Amino acid sequence: MLQTKSLKYQYPAGKPLAFPDIHFSNEDPALILGESGCGKTTLLHLLAGLRTPSQGNVLLGETSLYSLTTSERDSFRGKNIGVVFQTAHFIPSLTVLENIMMSLYLNGKVQDQNKAKAFLDRVNLFHKAFQPIRSLSVGEQQRIAIIRSILHEPKWIFADEPTSALDNKNADQVIGLFMEMTKTVNAQLIVVTHDNRWNGIIDNTVRL
Amino acid sequence: MNLIGLAFKNIRHQWLDTLLSVILLAFGLGTVSMLVLVEKQTTEQFNKNIKDIDMVLGAKGSPLQLILANVYHVDAPTGNIKVGDARIVTENPTIERAIPLAYGDNFEQWRIVGTDQGYPDHYEMKLAQGKTFQSDYEACIGADVAKSTGLKLGAPFLSTHGLDQAENDEEHAHHHNYTVVGIYESSGTVIDKLILTPVSTVWHAHEDQEVEEAEKPSEADTTLAVEKIVIKNNPPTMRKGPLMMLRPAKERKASPNDNKEVTAYLLKKRTPMAQMILPNLIKETNMQLALPAIEINRLSESFGLGMDTIKAIAMVIIALSFVSIFISLFNALRKRKKEIAIMRTMGASRIKVFMLIQLEGILLVIIGGALAWGLSRLGLSILSQQLNNNFHYTFNIKDGSIQELYLLGAAIIAGIVACFIPAFQAYKMDISKTLSNE
Repeated sequence: MLQTKSLKYQYPAGKPLAFPDIHFSNEDPALILGESGCGKTTLLHLLAGLRTPSQGNVLLGETSLYSLTTSERDSFRGKNIGVVFQTAHFIPSLTVLENIMMSLYLNGKVQDQNKAKAFLDRVNLFHKAFQPIRSLSVGEQQRIAIIRSILHEPKWIFADEPTSALDNKNADQVIGLFMEMTKTVNAQLIVVTHDNRWNGIIDNTVRL
Repeated sequence: MNLIGLAFKNIRHQWLDTLLSVILLAFGLGTVSMLVLVEKQTTEQFNKNIKDIDMVLGAKGSPLQLILANVYHVDAPTGNIKVGDARIVTENPTIERAIPLAYGDNFEQWRIVGTDQGYPDHYEMKLAQGKTFQSDYEACIGADVAKSTGLKLGAPFLSTHGLDQAENDEEHAHHHNYTVVGIYESSGTVIDKLILTPVSTVWHAHEDQEVEEAEKPSEADTTLAVEKIVIKNNPPTMRKGPLMMLRPAKERKASPNDNKEVTAYLLKKRTPMAQMILPNLIKETNMQLALPAIEINRLSESFGLGMDTIKAIAMVIIALSFVSIFISLFNALRKRKKEIAIMRTMGASRIKVFMLIQLEGILLVIIGGALAWGLSRLGLSILSQQLNNNFHYTFNIKDGSIQELYLLGAAIIAGIVACFIPAFQAYKMDISKTLSNE
């Protein structure tokens, strides 16, 4: 369950952004559509507790995100939220396997290497487990970012334009991967995008 | 994975950025560490060998040279004195003990010293093998001599005239046949580096030489003659006065050894008055009394000045290394902003990323410290090799000083201070702004 109430954000030198109230009552995947520059990424950061709104609140399940202290919010986000950004960022000093296992370590979960390897196998990147991150192509990096956001079994997974930089073939792969993997761990997928290739795959839609 | 492992991997990943800092730190810390050990070990050596020697009686010259030559056996002696002349001091009631030292020969550059049993007894030497020296040409050798020369108990060896001449220097070859009758246990004192023999051995050896040299007049002969004249012109004077401690010279019976020469006497005084009375007694002779404690203090002071200068330079290098650590972490953080933001997104708390940067700094200091340890030992062993070649003294590279630990502790604290700003920047980083490139 995800709900927002009169969410507003004011950039120091910009027009105020006011977002429509969102209410996803079930755990089905949801799509937030909007054109470039309408504040999609800002909304995703607000929903994931990465940026504090100037007004309003976000309810994730029973938790009111902005009633928590910063450190409580860090901890809540770590345990319950997975985020996939438009550009994948990694810790360059770590291997592929170590990077995806970072989410387990940072949330104090059992660092189950077999589980991580099984996830890598699922995205056909098992053979890259001990390679440095920079050895991956952009498409491979995106797949790694997806499994990294899911490995620690969060309840919500937010994805910011996960396919807009990919060609059709790669985009189809990524969409399929998201749908399958989020189902595996029982997480709700919320995609923020202007990419029409998601239309018809997710029915639950909000337009900004 | 844990925070230390991650910090270590991060450092390894950006090793080129931090290499300079670590090298600077290692050199700075290594230099200070080496100086600390040099100071500690020389002080130990000085103190160990000075042990209860209050004064040294020897020929006039530099008092420091007299001490270095006769207490530490590192310098050339100032000259010889006559046993008879010295009696005014050695038999003085203010003197408890006088140990004669007579130099002249060496074996493979290890000094042969004619002395009496009082000398090894003074340093509480124990024999590892054999017996103590008693008759002429019997020798007891120190542990370092035994180790270096390979001389065994009962082994004969030929001495060479002079203190440092090489054994095959024909000009100075004596070919006196000594026999090793005893080998001392290692004591850490100067005796380890000496070959001891009765004083009479040295006298006899040199009498033989004088006979040889008398037959073919040489430069040395002339020198000897000059020395004799000087001595004759400056007879030891005995001041008559109310000093009850002094026995008039007349009362002293002539001894058959009065004309023999020794290099010096190590003296232990009976009363503090010795220091006041004795210098006056020998004022007009060719002899002098030197106080080891004072001379060594003087030496340490000038030595210490040089050490302090090098230490100050090393400290500047250390300070620069911390500036360099600060700059490299600060720069690295700019490149690593996204990485930190991703960690925060995945649930890392502010404190955790703060700790991560701090740990990276601490690890750099520890790596620098470990390199410094190696460098200081390397430096010490090079120095030790040089010293060993010149003076038969060595430094113990296995030794350590508590000061080195303090130094590392201080460096870690300085590292924490240097990393504080970059770490704090990571702490207060705005995840969303960083990821949105604002």
